[in-house]
Amino acid sequence: MPQDNINTFRTATIAVLVDNEPGILARVVGLFSGRGYNIDSLTVAAVEDGGQRSRINIVTSGTEMVIEQIKAQLDRLVPVHRVSDLSKDGPHLAREMMMIKVICPHQDGGGGNRAEALRLADAFRARVVDATTDSFVFEMTGATDKLDAFMDLMRPLGLAEVSRTGVAAIARGTRVI
Amino acid sequence: MTHAAPPQTPPDAPTAAGAEVLLRALKDQGVDVLFGYPGGSVLPIYDALFNQNAIRHILVRHEQAAVHAAEGYARSTGRVGVVLVTSGPGATNAVTGLTDALMDSIPIVCLTGQVPTHLIGNDAFQEADTTGITRPATKHNYLVKRPEDLARVIHEAFYVARSGRPGPVVIDLPKDILIGRAPYTPPAETPHRSYRPQTQPDAALIARAVAMLKSAKRPMIYTGGGVINAGPAASEALVRFVRKTGFPVTNTLMGLGAFPASDPQFLGMLGMHGTYEANLAMHGCDVLLNVGARFDDRVTGRLNAFSPGSRKIHIDIDPSSINKNVPVDLPIVGDAGRALQALVAAWDADPTPVDRPAIAAWWRQIDAWKGTDCLRFTQPREPGSIIKPQYAIQRLYDLTRAVKQDIFITTEVGQHQMWAAQYFKFEQPNHWMTSGGLGTMGYGLPAAMGVQIAHPDALVIDIAGEASILMNIQELGTLAQYKLPVKIFILNNEYMGMVRQWQELLHGGRYSESYSAALPDFIKLADAYHAVGLRAKSVDELDGVIREMLASDRAVIADIAVDVKENCYPMIPSGAAHNEMILGSDSAGGVAGVTDEGKVLV
Repeated sequence: MPQDNINTFRTATIAVLVDNEPGILARVVGLFSGRGYNIDSLTVAAVEDGGQRSRINIVTSGTEMVIEQIKAQLDRLVPVHRVSDLSKDGPHLAREMMMIKVICPHQDGGGGNRAEALRLADAFRARVVDATTDSFVFEMTGATDKLDAFMDLMRPLGLAEVSRTGVAAIARGTRVI
Repeated sequence: MTHAAPPQTPPDAPTAAGAEVLLRALKDQGVDVLFGYPGGSVLPIYDALFNQNAIRHILVRHEQAAVHAAEGYARSTGRVGVVLVTSGPGATNAVTGLTDALMDSIPIVCLTGQVPTHLIGNDAFQEADTTGITRPATKHNYLVKRPEDLARVIHEAFYVARSGRPGPVVIDLPKDILIGRAPYTPPAETPHRSYRPQTQPDAALIARAVAMLKSAKRPMIYTGGGVINAGPAASEALVRFVRKTGFPVTNTLMGLGAFPASDPQFLGMLGMHGTYEANLAMHGCDVLLNVGARFDDRVTGRLNAFSPGSRKIHIDIDPSSINKNVPVDLPIVGDAGRALQALVAAWDADPTPVDRPAIAAWWRQIDAWKGTDCLRFTQPREPGSIIKPQYAIQRLYDLTRAVKQDIFITTEVGQHQMWAAQYFKFEQPNHWMTSGGLGTMGYGLPAAMGVQIAHPDALVIDIAGEASILMNIQELGTLAQYKLPVKIFILNNEYMGMVRQWQELLHGGRYSESYSAALPDFIKLADAYHAVGLRAKSVDELDGVIREMLASDRAVIADIAVDVKENCYPMIPSGAAHNEMILGSDSAGGVAGVTDEGKVLV
């Protein structure tokens, strides 16, 4: 390992293909907590017919040496089939979905906020999935920083609650895990 | 998440009670002995054991000891050690042993009882979340919830325990699975679906390693427990390679015996209590070859000053051990034995000569370091003189030379362990069992039991301290029951010696709670457990006691009163570098300079 870049800090999006068996998520999460690694985001779902295998997408951060350790440690878990560092192996797509509740009552002069929230939602291509005279729920899919930006904009307009899925990621082109 | 794997058993597979299926699977895996302790949830297994003779059960006195005994069995035979304990406290008591086996890469399969599946999660009597508790203490674990998984899981557990970097595997067995009928399936002939560790090293990388080694002016070979785990052939390949190269070699605590200690190319053990020459050669080398060792903190000392001028090659079967503590220039994943055999072949295939004058100069430097005679000690010989602990080990070693039997040494943890590593010379692998990674006091006696079970005619000696031995002293009962002639050689300095040493060197001599108060009379204790008790209080009594111990065909406790003030040297103080090691109490003043940062490093 070259000495010059082992201490550079980076974010990594790691995809892990695992047997869908009891305790596998505890194994992965326990590995991260037990060895003091960061988890910025984690998603998991069965991805194959019959539900035999699941894919775990983990966004983590650390020095190059730590990220290489994380990959090696994941790879030696017995139910792990493959580990892929999407952010290092080539271009990739990373998306998450968010539902965001904004409370801006029609009365008490909140009408301006309602209109503004709708305009911004339109600009960010968020969909209105629930509306009352006092609130909206927007649904939005995109990269993490886009979702963050939309949340920042909604804060002064009455942001009340957020539910996010965490990142799902996949390589661009023909490359598969 | 749900378990959706389809049953892999043919519908017409023969069925039997789960406990019978379990024993059949164990027999198919070549198991001949279990170390265990019965309890409510494993009664069906004990019932099945009662009706057969193929598998022998050794009844221990505490579940921790069952695991250590299985470790001793595994390390002295190269086979998987098997443990059987009940649910709840049986399983939790086994956790220390499992963690010990994980840290030292020892193949163990531990069968734990569990409450019936319908009671799991109900806080039933003797229920514990065994798979949850042992997840970070094992290489892998299983909870068998369906009868059709039972046989497959047992075969898979043995495969996982012994493959790649070996380790402990737990199989949690609910009582209804043991009682109900289950189909039997033989071991799978297809490769495991996900766990296939790489054992064959990349030939191109081996060739590059040889090129690096041939270009070296100050080469050093450092090998660890991986060479032992790879089997006796790996040690033979190491000897061939080292002799072929003419390079110096050192072993870690776990790796002792892989290279004959009497060989002139052997520099002794390295690390915190390693030899002066081994540590300075590590510090001064220009090419470092690590085979099957993991740059443990006891070995490296201060990381940023570890072997600063060397290009490093690291061969390990576990990719996560590479570039974990020390960045290396050439990582090679593979089995230590196969890698060493490949190195021997590649060395012969590469016509480049080594730099003979440079290597000769390097050896002159090493010989100068050897000249400090870092393991020197002074033993007063007048009758009545107090015994130096180093002398006790040296005499034990000398007097066992005449013994015709195979000799196995186990230890507890502390000063006596380091003295045993320094003064007992190991010539072959699998004859030295000590708790390296976890540092488990109480390891040595049960491990010796396991070794003696595997090698009934061998001489098995537990080199112990008076504090450590008390941690699993109940196993004297097991020795008595099975008439195991294990010799317990206690270096009795009335202190938790290593704790006392650190308190002396780093905490102003405030011996907080490290005095072994209210010790038992070990002779009476031996007597109570149907063993022989001996005691040596002065230098003139030592040889007689050792001879009497070796001559006995029974279990023996030899209580050797040694100098209570003796410290274990040489020593690299915590947070220091290899070239800052202190050689003896005369130079221990240097330890005063250990910073709080160093003290944090245990």
